[in-house]
Amino acid sequence: MIAIIDYKAGNLTSVARALQNIGETFLITDDIKKLDTASHVIFPGVGAAGDAMVNLREKKLEGWLKNWIGQGKPLMGICLGAQIILDHSEENDTECVGLVAGSTKRLPDHLASAGQTLKIPHMGWNSVEFKRSHPVFQDISPAAEFYFVHSYYPAPSGEGAVLGLTDYGIKFCSVLAVRNLVAMQFHPEKSGRPGLQILRNFCRWEGQ
Amino acid sequence: MISKRIIPCLDVRDGRLTKGIKFKANVDIGDPVEVAREYYEQGADEIVFYDITASSEGRDIMIDVVKRVAQTIFIPFSVGGGIRNLEDMRRVILAGAEKVSVNSAAVNDPEIIAQGAKAFGSQCIVLGMDVKKVGITEKIPSGYEIVIHGGRKYTGIDALWWAKEAEKLGAGEICLNSIDADGTQEGYELNLTALISDNVRIPVIASGGAGKPEHLAEVLTKGRADAALIASMVHYRTYSISEIKKYLSEQKIKTRLLW
Repeated sequence: MIAIIDYKAGNLTSVARALQNIGETFLITDDIKKLDTASHVIFPGVGAAGDAMVNLREKKLEGWLKNWIGQGKPLMGICLGAQIILDHSEENDTECVGLVAGSTKRLPDHLASAGQTLKIPHMGWNSVEFKRSHPVFQDISPAAEFYFVHSYYPAPSGEGAVLGLTDYGIKFCSVLAVRNLVAMQFHPEKSGRPGLQILRNFCRWEGQ
Repeated sequence: MISKRIIPCLDVRDGRLTKGIKFKANVDIGDPVEVAREYYEQGADEIVFYDITASSEGRDIMIDVVKRVAQTIFIPFSVGGGIRNLEDMRRVILAGAEKVSVNSAAVNDPEIIAQGAKAFGSQCIVLGMDVKKVGITEKIPSGYEIVIHGGRKYTGIDALWWAKEAEKLGAGEICLNSIDADGTQEGYELNLTALISDNVRIPVIASGGAGKPEHLAEVLTKGRADAALIASMVHYRTYSISEIKKYLSEQKIKTRLLW
């Protein structure tokens, strides 16, 4: 059973529908007891870091996440869920969960490429340059693109945590992987077939 | 680097497509869900649904359409037309749309943009702008005026001012439709598109006038649009989305080529 953590950070139904499409059973919950029964946990989210951390703490989910990671079970962070797993976020100057050392930063203003000023948010399809192979990204073509929509990005302090980089005027960390944790800035649930393949791979991954 | 987005637009009334869309025999040409699936398979980067239903029964049918689309395609899609308040937005988003687009309602009450952005995030709120070229006057310094009710009513609002204002209010994206170019299939309004795109920080989708792939190439380069909306040229099967993308790729314009 896959669990999607519900901490009032945006609409979780698109992740649920993608899981439904690939034939996985799942539950959406903020109940720690139910989360404990899951084999895999997805930590999604859109919105602001400040509000998200308030909600996580109110629901005692911050400590629960640390505990889950400590047990070596598979966790997938998506979008905001890939940002607030770091120590800190520049968004609302927020102290975050700290599953991975580093901070979440704002995309710099006035980035440019090929003579055009790049817009903020970074909204649309972009590719990922993978630094090594990983079971969750098995069978994903290097030419695949994924749907991004964000103004902040995760910047882990250790090089080892960076699995993939994306170019948007700067090269930022778009995929993190540390032991049983994998997290991505883009939305696999909105990234067509390659995105569904990533979700499928995650559901088969044992966190090794 | 980010790809330019190609976005087909589907007009829906009472849960059915308003224009017959000429597809292969196995596709129900009136069902928006089936056509959305076809475009998803062809490599659409996003889909826009524009609901022109007048009745409240028709609106309930649209919510059902949105739910079925969300179970069928796994790319972002937006719904516009008749979104008047937060409750309309909430229904569409909970049914599975990634974004909602507001047009006349935002002209009548700009606060709807701020309220929507606060409730659902800026990334959900698209400002739809219908624009007519009117010539430069004191009141309309850009020479482009906002019109509503399908272009029938002039508002006295300058298009460039309105785009910047909507950005301040929290719109996450602008869908910019030229009423002059719309339906002509003779190309997008490049000057207007470049003017707006250069003066806001949020992405701009160009709309109105697409008839052939060259038009998309122009608006994505000279027009500095981040995305291009298309309708008839794909609905009547003159071109497939993959053909358009192949052409853009030959012109060194990056689009998503694998799906």
